This record gives sequence, structure tokens and C-alpha cells, in this order.
Amino acid sequence: MKIAAFLILSLFACILPAHAEMHLDITNPNVEPMPIAVTDFFGGAGQESQVGHQIAQVVSADLASSGLFKPIDPAAFAQTSDALRQGPHFADWKVLNVQALVSGTVTAQGDGRLRVEFRLWDVLGEGQMAGMAYTTQPANWRRIAHIIADTIYQRITGETGYFDTRVVYVAESGPYQKRVKRLAIMDQDGFNTRYLSDGSNLVLTPRFSPTVAEITYMAYVNNHPRVYLQNIDSGRRELLIDLPGMTFAPRFSPDGNKVILSLAQNGASNLYVMDLRTRQTRQLTSDQSISTAPCYSPDGTKVAFESDRGGSQQIYTMNADGSGVKRISFGSGKATYANPVWSPRGDLIAFTKISGGTFYIGVIKPDGTGEREITEGYDVEGPTWAPNGRVLAYFKENPSGPGGRERTAKLYSIDITGQNERQLPTQGDASDPAWSPLIP
Amino acid sequence: MRMKFLPAFAVVLAISACADKDKNAGDTSGMGNGSDVGHIGGGVNSNGVQPGTEQDLAQNVGDRVRFETNHSDLTTEARATLDRQAAWLKKYGNLTVTVEGHCDERGTREYNLALGERRAEAAKRYLVASGIPANRIQTVSYGKERPEVAGSDEQAWAQNRRAVTVVN
Repeated sequence: MKIAAFLILSLFACILPAHAEMHLDITNPNVEPMPIAVTDFFGGAGQESQVGHQIAQVVSADLASSGLFKPIDPAAFAQTSDALRQGPHFADWKVLNVQALVSGTVTAQGDGRLRVEFRLWDVLGEGQMAGMAYTTQPANWRRIAHIIADTIYQRITGETGYFDTRVVYVAESGPYQKRVKRLAIMDQDGFNTRYLSDGSNLVLTPRFSPTVAEITYMAYVNNHPRVYLQNIDSGRRELLIDLPGMTFAPRFSPDGNKVILSLAQNGASNLYVMDLRTRQTRQLTSDQSISTAPCYSPDGTKVAFESDRGGSQQIYTMNADGSGVKRISFGSGKATYANPVWSPRGDLIAFTKISGGTFYIGVIKPDGTGEREITEGYDVEGPTWAPNGRVLAYFKENPSGPGGRERTAKLYSIDITGQNERQLPTQGDASDPAWSPLIP
Repeated sequence: MRMKFLPAFAVVLAISACADKDKNAGDTSGMGNGSDVGHIGGGVNSNGVQPGTEQDLAQNVGDRVRFETNHSDLTTEARATLDRQAAWLKKYGNLTVTVEGHCDERGTREYNLALGERRAEAAKRYLVASGIPANRIQTVSYGKERPEVAGSDEQAWAQNRRAVTVVN
């Protein structure tokens, strides 16, 4: 599963003057999707043209999934991929109301690797906005396509993309009263699913390390629920902390050197942090309440967590050393708040709220202002951020079957504007998603 | 209203649990489902159950207690059940048990893990206070991962908020 290093070259044939560039404001919830033509990448022999076709399809699907782009029907294309190698006839694309055009080529190298070139064209400005070349093993063509889609997204929106990412989650099967739960990992578009555990142990809440090489999660091994670390490629699993009691709700620090988690003992759940280099454990909270679901701010200086120390479950922030605890969620009536997850941008904290028997996913500023609900349902839970902090994923569980005696659980993504809710394709039922950073 | 309703409901549950277990065990001793009712809290072995077993605990003593939403306080009913469990554990002094704490699905995953632990510990503390050595009682929380009944109404949720004592 090791991904070979990519050779990346910039191909800037002609740089557009800045004032001419097209731009999409993705903070506007009512933004009209930009019409874009993603043409098949030109390839000669069988494999080259097939990969060229597949790359265009993945790029097109990625961009469409963002809700910000509207790929036009290839049947309407004004030029063939072959002809586009000489450059676009912009006038012919303009009449199709296309604003952006993507072209490319796939060429087999002598050593068996593929060289993939792509160019992003501004049709109205009649110039090239981006151009890159990648050389890689043919098996990596999907990652190349995601990287190209990220490049296009970034060039047009000004925001980092999130397509070359993975989602680790809990795959569910079996009856509601005895669910079988397995760790699973997939590309963000649902492809390349792999199972990282066999279902013999109940597993919950997997989270990525910042390098996307490891996960930490909770598993019931011999009916003893505790936090584990697991290398994704080797499958090697290790117990994180061997203390009496239950360890749960783990999450890596942004530098990857620590894991913060809860330890439940004698009816109280307190927060601890383990330094993975020294294996030293430090206790951050110390009382009889439930404090759990800790999450670092992206700069590592603060921690958001939930606690019922004030009588009901609410969100608090504190300094990373446990000092300066401050409640940030209040809400109205008997609303309770959980699962605080700090945005990678640092500007927002996503949460789960339960109010009047309904679950909500929302966001709030770290200072406790600006609370906003984004989606709701019977059970919507476990928000996780795309690396650009513009999109959230979460899971949604609903009663199903006769008399509502079974459960259906699926993963969804949604813009923080509340627009563009989409189900993430999984092979079966799924919960507890964690969205990776961009793959290094 | 709900508090009054729960104990009656628990008895119905115990009956259906008996019926299920008899079926599962392939018990052909001829004990009718209805006749089990009279044996709850009565002498052991009269209903064909091996004394000092988990089945004995479940059928003749009561192996589980219920909780209010988001709470781990032991109700009067729960304390009565735990009193019987303590007496039973004194009688079978060689047994060790695990108290499993459970929650309904109307909370978040992590909070429910913590709440399930708190419920299991509440039951354990009561048993210890009743004279059972702490080293005979382990606890484990299943949060909302192992509901007793399927359903999506208050009745099902109430039944799923529980601490169950199982023989190791």
C-alpha cells in the first residue's frame, strides 16, 4: 500500500493576469455551481487512454461532489481530447457556457510508470490557470485524479481541497441488539475500502494520526474496553495505556506526539494525555463528573471536551495543561452538547446537540458565540472535518425495518453552510467516521 | 407516572426472559411459562434451574436494575433487586460477577460509555456496601452498544437503561 513518491512538475504555459481569473466564493451558501468541462485525458495505447478516461471521471465526480462545480455532459464537448493537445478553441467552449476546462494526457514511461499531465483553462479569460505533471505507478491513478481535483478546487476557490483524503469508520452489520462492528478505511469517494479488523471485537471511534499512518480507537478485547493504536498498513495493534478502568474517546494531538483520551474509574471519567515518545501519562481533569470526547485545537494549545460537571452535558475548553476551564455551550432549555471537534482552521468547533429528543450537528466559535445548527435527525452524531474546514462528515442512524426494530446507519457529508448534504458511499452500514488530513 | 409503570414492566420482562431461556436451553422439564412467575424470589431449583448459576440469578433473584434517563441513581426497585443479589452472592461465596452498565440510544456514543460505567459502578458500590467483597465484582460499560430490546420509543429506551449482573 505504500504510495510511490510523485514527481510533480508545474506546467505554466502562460499565466493569466490576476484580474482576469475566475473565482468561486465558497462561503456563499447560495453560490451557483460553476459549469466545468472535464475532458478525457488523451492516451495512446489501450491502458493510457483507459486511465485517461478514468482519471477524468474521478476528477469530475470529485468536483461535482463539492456542490461547487457542475460538470457538463461530455456529449456536448466542443473538442476531442486529441485536438485539445494543441490547446483549446476558447470560442467553441464559450458558447457552451463553460467557464472552466480541464484537459490532460497520459503517457506510459519506459519504466512502466505513467506520466499524467493536466491543464486547467479559464475559458472566459482565455488562458491557462494551472498545469501539473505527475509520474507514478499505474495503480496510483486514483490518487493522481484526486490530487488533480484538489489542484483545480484550490485554484478556483482559493481554499485547499480535500479529495486526496481517506475516511476511517466503523462498518456495521447484524441485528441492532448485537451489532458487529469492524474498522474500515476508504478513499473519501468510497473507493478502495479495506477492513482493518475482523469484527470479533467490538470497536468504536477510530481517529487518524496526522500522518494518516496510524489510527487510535477503542476496542473490547476480552470484554475489556480500552484504547489501542494501530498501524494502518502493517495492522500491528498495541494497547495504549494499561491501567485499571476503561479508556475511551481517544484522539491524536495535532503534532501526532500525544493521544488525549478519557479514563473511567469508580463512576467518574477524567481526561488524560499520553506522550507517545516517553509513554508518560498526565491527568488533566480530576473530579467525579464525566469528562470525555476531548479534542485539541489545531495549534495544540487548547482542548475542547464535554462534561456534565455543571449538571448537564456541555462543551468546555481549557488550556492543554488542564488550566483555564471555560464552558462555551449554553443553549436553551435542557439542550445537551457533545462531541466537540475543532476545525482544522481553528475558527469553529463542531458538535452534537440533543434537544427536545432530536439530535443536531452544529458549529460554534471557540469563544462560545455564533452557535449554528447545520443538520438534524433521530440520531446524527460524530462530526469530523474535511481538512479545509469547509465540509463536515458525520453519521446518521435511524430506526428501520418492521416496527423500527432495526437500525440503519450511514455516513454523510455537508457544507458548513448547511448545503450539499450527501451520503458517503459505504459497502454497508457505517458510523463513527474520521476524515483524514490530506494524504502526505 | 413512569416510575409507577416501570416495576410492573420489569416483571413482564422477567417472565418473557424465562420463556426465552427455557427455549434456548432446550429445557424439557415441563415447566410452563406461566408457572415461572410463582418462583421469582422463591426457592431455587424448583423451576428446574441449577442453583448458583447465571440462570438462577436471572430467573430467581433478578439480574438487572433499571435507571432513569441520564441518571445512575438506584431506585427503590433497583435497591431491592441488589439486596437479593447480595444475599445470593453471599450464599455462593465462590462466585465472581461482572456488572455490565448499559444506556439507551438517546445519548452520544462517548457519553454513554461513561454513563454506562457510572451505572455499573453504582450497582457495584451498593453490593459492596451490602457486604460483598469488591474483588468479587468487576464492571464493564457497553454504552449504547448492546440494547436489551429493539425499539425506538420510551418503553424500549427505559428497558435498555440498565445494569446487568452476570456470573463470570
